[in-house]
Amino acid sequence: MGGFDLGAIVAVLPFLLKGLAYTVQLTLVAAIGGTLLGILLALARLSSIKPLSLLAAGYINSMRSIPLLLVIFWFYFLAPVMLQWLSGAEYPPKIGAERSAYFTFILFEAAYFAEIVRAGIQSIPKGQLGAAYALGLTYPQAMRLVILPQALRNMLPVLLTQTIVLFQDVSLVALLNVTDFVGAAMKIAQRDSRVVEMYTLVAVVYFVLSFALSQGVKRLHRRIAIVR
Amino acid sequence: MLGLGIFFEDTPDGDTTWGQSLLSGLEITLVLVLGAWLIAVALGSVLGVVRTTRSRLWVTLGNGYVELFRNIPLLVQFFLWYFVLPSVVPPVKRFANAVDPATFQLLTAVVCLGLFTAARIAEQVKSGILSLPRGQMMAGLALGLTPAQTYRYVLLPMAYRIIIPPLTSESMNLVKNSAVAYSIGLTELFFRTREMGEMTFRYFAAFGAATVLYVAVAFSINRIMAWVERATAVPGYLGGAK
Repeated sequence: MGGFDLGAIVAVLPFLLKGLAYTVQLTLVAAIGGTLLGILLALARLSSIKPLSLLAAGYINSMRSIPLLLVIFWFYFLAPVMLQWLSGAEYPPKIGAERSAYFTFILFEAAYFAEIVRAGIQSIPKGQLGAAYALGLTYPQAMRLVILPQALRNMLPVLLTQTIVLFQDVSLVALLNVTDFVGAAMKIAQRDSRVVEMYTLVAVVYFVLSFALSQGVKRLHRRIAIVR
Repeated sequence: MLGLGIFFEDTPDGDTTWGQSLLSGLEITLVLVLGAWLIAVALGSVLGVVRTTRSRLWVTLGNGYVELFRNIPLLVQFFLWYFVLPSVVPPVKRFANAVDPATFQLLTAVVCLGLFTAARIAEQVKSGILSLPRGQMMAGLALGLTPAQTYRYVLLPMAYRIIIPPLTSESMNLVKNSAVAYSIGLTELFFRTREMGEMTFRYFAAFGAATVLYVAVAFSINRIMAWVERATAVPGYLGGAK
């Protein structure tokens, strides 16, 4: 083992960067997909159609009450079965953990984003919707043109903070043997017995990125707060 | 049809059934959650208080702690405590070799989760104290209490009541986060669930049971905290007069 060996890091840097690229990609896809699905879920939850709102509430609450690790494994088993059911294939397709992770995080994050969006929509004064109706807009038009733009603007800092949480949560896919940033470090740590170097590096990189992003969100929050 | 019989079948060890195996995992999960919760609330309170004082040094240290523990993924923190710390600090290594591996895993997990959650609770305690009118502190000092006494008898009793709702959800998060301790090999509920899935190929039964158990624990905490909130409510305050 010996001391801290920087050379050990440099040699495996390309492999680690590939892992980091996967982590970033998964984070971005899940954040965008989760926000879109989350908006639909929030609208469903606020809907006056009782069964629809109960269904959305049930989905959101159950996703939020079980450990993410459990959700990751559930989707790892369920995604092939769901795809088989959707496509009517004879055998469940082999999709692998790398790809099932996209399903998992979009569907899981949607539940969290939905609650943020719901709070954003509920922060808009009721008169706005009344005014939109008075102008002759339909419900979808009122939502798309009047309510959601304001709600999303108010919610942007919280959505971004949740995305930083997501960026960190994505690391759990490493436990499914996926080569994300942490997964890549785990593999090198085991292969070369470089536990100290690998995990310290991962911690430092994650810290620097998350800290910088959260400082950026703080500044954005202040700017948005001034304009209002 | 449901195939619940699997929970009454023996594990390959022979001594226990799969149902008992999951329950033994649940027991460790509960010990872990309780231990980590105590550390988190104690340390989180100290950090939260320190961050509301006038001492630049303590505020900086408190903020630094919160930023450090919030910006590193929990999984990586587990690895740092379990793999890196013993390699870097020889006394920890000696301690790890001296005790039973399961004990070392449990202790590591309690410390790791406790310190991780403390950063979040520090945030809540701080905002609880800051949400009180400034006059409360002044009134305490005017009565001749020391700053420490003012915190103890005036500010904290109200601040804790105010933060019960976010503290409830953080406590439920703690239960969910405890599953990550599986990564260092602690035989808690998620570990036993995976083990059962892998050895019996009854993934749906195993993960279904674990889901029910985790939800039950989270729901129990929710009810306990709701009871605490009612029991400690101050009449005429914060929905206390119902």
